[in-house]
Amino acid sequence: MGLDEEHELMDRMDQSDSFIEQLKVCASYPLRAQSVDVLQINITRRCNLCCRHCHVEGSPDRTEELSLDNLNACLRAAAHSRITTLDITGGSPEMHPHLEWFLGEAAAMQKRVLVRSNGAILLDDAYRRYLDVYAEHGVEVVVSLPNPLQDRTDRMRGMGVFDRIMAALKELNMRGYGSPNTGLILNLVHNPVGAFLPGSQQALEREYRLKLRHDCGIEFNSLFCLTNCPVGRYLDFLKRSGNLSEYTDMLKQSFNPSAVANVMCRSTISVGVDGRLFDCDFNQVLDLSLSDGMPAHINDFDFEKLAQRTIVVRSHCFACTAGSGSSCQGVLE
Amino acid sequence: MSRQYYETSDLQDFPNIGEFAPDQGDKFFEYYTTATSAGKLTEREKSLIALAVATVRHCPYCIDAYTNKCLSMGVSHDEMMEAIHVGAAMVAGDTLVHSTQMRKIVKKKEM
Repeated sequence: MGLDEEHELMDRMDQSDSFIEQLKVCASYPLRAQSVDVLQINITRRCNLCCRHCHVEGSPDRTEELSLDNLNACLRAAAHSRITTLDITGGSPEMHPHLEWFLGEAAAMQKRVLVRSNGAILLDDAYRRYLDVYAEHGVEVVVSLPNPLQDRTDRMRGMGVFDRIMAALKELNMRGYGSPNTGLILNLVHNPVGAFLPGSQQALEREYRLKLRHDCGIEFNSLFCLTNCPVGRYLDFLKRSGNLSEYTDMLKQSFNPSAVANVMCRSTISVGVDGRLFDCDFNQVLDLSLSDGMPAHINDFDFEKLAQRTIVVRSHCFACTAGSGSSCQGVLE
Repeated sequence: MSRQYYETSDLQDFPNIGEFAPDQGDKFFEYYTTATSAGKLTEREKSLIALAVATVRHCPYCIDAYTNKCLSMGVSHDEMMEAIHVGAAMVAGDTLVHSTQMRKIVKKKEM
């Protein structure tokens, strides 16, 4: 689906700016940032997988990636003392030719550095070294595992992917990831495999832990539950399967005012593959630029301005405020 | 006629069922929330029980709600179907056990 078509669809779904109306009801409009704690960097759209829920539509055919100049600009921006976290995502970050160098530079800044990996790529010969690179730099690894059942994960991510993720998680465990007192953090991400909301994060974490420990002897630190946002390939799925209207209604009906205060965009800046700045990864995919007067590019990063900016919201934002709320760090409550 | 007695969108009216009797409605929801939340049984186990009861009771709203809930809780298709078979077996069993009444009467009445 093209961007114009995606915007048109969003407008049709939200003719009365219902998200803005909801924010007004809970006295949260305009939604403003409260800081920039996290610099989330979408380093490449390239990916060895082609998952059915992927909102950035990553695939082996994608070529967009952050240039070396822009990576250096990210490091300069991240040097600001109030930025605590570099959150590196993709695509598959391992497929960026300068990731290893970038992690070394980022680790030297003594900040929290995390990489969002699909896990399966860590078994490929060309990228296997990252198992050790991550451990060497103390990088927090966040692996997407939509479901602890093989058939469900494979339906979403491709045949055989579940087994490869299990093998990669074992390799990470062998290096100390997921064990107490090693300081090596391994977190997993759950996305619903279909047109429904995630269940309780606490209950699902228990389920994952029991199943992975019993079936595969795998340990991890925490599970993050993410609500699927109706953009990208997931939006295509909703349309094709006739679930779009019911799903978006469900997101709206599940609006939770108490989640608004903690939505991730209030403390995050997202850097796109071209170095442009966005309020979040979803706005990046929808090409929704920052509000007027804000620096548009990582080269022009201005902490003070960005930390007080007004956030651009549309109807897809209901995905982050549904139920217990959703963010790249899991639920918001 | 396109309108049906049961409409999917009617499920959204569930929070409003106390409309004409708010005190009873509030008490019901307090009870409902407590009964279906995690206790000695997990939320997942209670979702499966609720799905089985919903199916036995032929309630389309509850079947919709608790199938979605089971999916959200990561319950597998096999587990959902097994739970429904428990419900089906109970219905068959409680039907057949009432044949006792029939057999008692038959045995008393016939020469």
